[in-house]
Amino acid sequence: MTELSKTGVATGEPVAAGKTPEAFLDVRDLKVHFPTDDGLVKSVDGLTFSLDKGKTLAIVGESGSGKSVTSLAIMGLHRLGSRGKNVRMSGEIWLNGKELVNADPDEVRRLRGREMAMIFQDPLSAMHPYYKVGDQIVEAYRTHHKVSRKVARARAVEMLDRVGIPEPGKRVDSYPHEFSGGMRQRAMIAMSLVNNPELLIADEPTTALDVTVQAQILDLIRDLQKEFGSAVVMITHDLGVVAEIADDVLVMYGGRCVERGRADEVFETPQHPYTWGLLGSMPRIDRETSERLIPVKGQPPSLINVPSGCAFHPRCPYADIPKENVTRTVRPELQQVEGGHWSACHLSAEDRTRIWTEEIAPKL
Amino acid sequence: MISYIFRRTLAAIFLLLVVSAVTFAIFFLLPRLVGQTADQLAQQYIGKSPSKADILAVKHNLGLDQPVYVQFWHFIKGIVAGADYNIGPTTVHCDVPCFGYSFKDHVAVWPQLTSRLPITLSLAAGAAVLWLVSGVAIGVISALKPRSLFDRTFMGVALAGVSLPMFFTGNLAILLFVFNWPIFGRDYVPLTQNPEQWANTLFPAWCSLALLYSAIYARLTRSGMLETMNEDFIRTARSKGLGERTVVVKHGLRAALTPIITVFGMDLGLLLGGAVITESVFSLPGIGQYAVQGITDNDLPKILGVTLLAAFFVVVANLVVDVLYAAADPRVRLS
Repeated sequence: MTELSKTGVATGEPVAAGKTPEAFLDVRDLKVHFPTDDGLVKSVDGLTFSLDKGKTLAIVGESGSGKSVTSLAIMGLHRLGSRGKNVRMSGEIWLNGKELVNADPDEVRRLRGREMAMIFQDPLSAMHPYYKVGDQIVEAYRTHHKVSRKVARARAVEMLDRVGIPEPGKRVDSYPHEFSGGMRQRAMIAMSLVNNPELLIADEPTTALDVTVQAQILDLIRDLQKEFGSAVVMITHDLGVVAEIADDVLVMYGGRCVERGRADEVFETPQHPYTWGLLGSMPRIDRETSERLIPVKGQPPSLINVPSGCAFHPRCPYADIPKENVTRTVRPELQQVEGGHWSACHLSAEDRTRIWTEEIAPKL
Repeated sequence: MISYIFRRTLAAIFLLLVVSAVTFAIFFLLPRLVGQTADQLAQQYIGKSPSKADILAVKHNLGLDQPVYVQFWHFIKGIVAGADYNIGPTTVHCDVPCFGYSFKDHVAVWPQLTSRLPITLSLAAGAAVLWLVSGVAIGVISALKPRSLFDRTFMGVALAGVSLPMFFTGNLAILLFVFNWPIFGRDYVPLTQNPEQWANTLFPAWCSLALLYSAIYARLTRSGMLETMNEDFIRTARSKGLGERTVVVKHGLRAALTPIITVFGMDLGLLLGGAVITESVFSLPGIGQYAVQGITDNDLPKILGVTLLAAFFVVVANLVVDVLYAAADPRVRLS
């Protein structure tokens, strides 16, 4: 576990069950399955990662890869509501030495909002339209602090000021629809950070925003993270965001991790064909406009009938290189590349290096 | 906000004028469309084998010889200034607001309406409380556990409640709880006289009427709550660590309730114009029964009076709903 303190990404081997992990957030073999009329949806199928305080982990992947399901699982939000009975969760989620998957729901509720908080994609629909922004922040604060409304209100104004909302004393009485998109997301961040949570999960926090506002919001999250020393899990499909903010990257495909490591490692020497695909489909300002983006061909896999072997093999241009049809029959396990850099691919290290340096990298 | 209410009130008054004009025109034109002349209309008020002079006199007294707009003008003038009606030997004065005079009963319409209004009001208000509380409660519980036994049972009952006519449920309630087991009283007593007996007599009528409506409200609340509980802001509320009850009531129901309030206002406004069938079944001498009387007697002033009163309640309910809606949903609040 020496790599852990340096990179925040834990080793591939699951830690012995029941043993309290050293990392601040430690997810082990997490499975989140939803039984439906069409079959069992395996949204997350054996995910392991860990994260230290003060670090940012970006979880990357396309729609339906299990990113959001993972974040909601950490927050314990799957089990609530009328659909709560339908979810099947296993594995372990350790937050600050407490296990959450099998914990008493009320105990998890007390952690929610206080030790772990969440920012959502669309701040307009994520805030209650009928309540003032300030009142929603006050509610978040008073749920975990026994203080008067007045004290909580002062705290709300302070937080709005901290996230850069002009005239916070006045805007505290505004309704969400009276804010612009960027302001709403700032208010949302203020609400999630009002209790100084140690873990902040941001589920595509900039996707619904203007490009100019995106950078401001990312800067804000980074500044606040420095100030509060919290761990941040950033869910995104935007590799630009990852490059901007992440210490570590975890690439998800079909509910499983296909590659993870330090952000610079994953960007400089990506090991998985799917990661290559993601990098190839990212627009770059320094590239000739005549050069076309290289899309990842095909459709995201069905989570009910996950492709046999490597889930990516139907879309992988290199699926035929490994011998004996192994990509179609055997599911690749995460293998250490170097240090904290892990990848789940049947290609040999030599093949991967050759393809990356000769075929992929020159086109990016 | 105040100027908005003021503007809406002006529009409401104008709307009522239009409604009265249309109603008046219908009642003026309808007999003529089926071939009745002013002479024949006047003849209804005289005994058998009238003389030509009698008919002319009555026609003149009733104003039937005047063009429709003059008659309408007299009617509107009566509301603000009162009117005098020549009933043959004498002239009666109809006080402000004069909504016409029934020549069949020889009484002005307005005092009849005001004396009957408390009965209709009692019926509507009691039933409204019952159906709103029970409908919303059942709807919320059903929505929280969709497809559960509770949900299926009550949605089945709700379907039956919507489908069963008042003639059936009302009469059944009377048969069982008034005649078979005399738990409830038979004769209406005003609230001011004896509140206990008032509630006691009205209770079967309240329940029968509420069954009809609460079924609709339960379904409405259920679908509204199912939708609201899937909203992003519910997930946000949970992510703040709020207890499930706070999430359901303060965040879910609060949002789901707004459209229900709208429908509620409209339903209540409609009912205040007379619950015709319920009043008939339970022999409650309210506005609805008065309307039935007017129709069976072919007594146009009564029908006109009830129609206008009903229109008034609907328009006022609309106004109240709009103002309430603006108060409930900040997004439609008017600057």
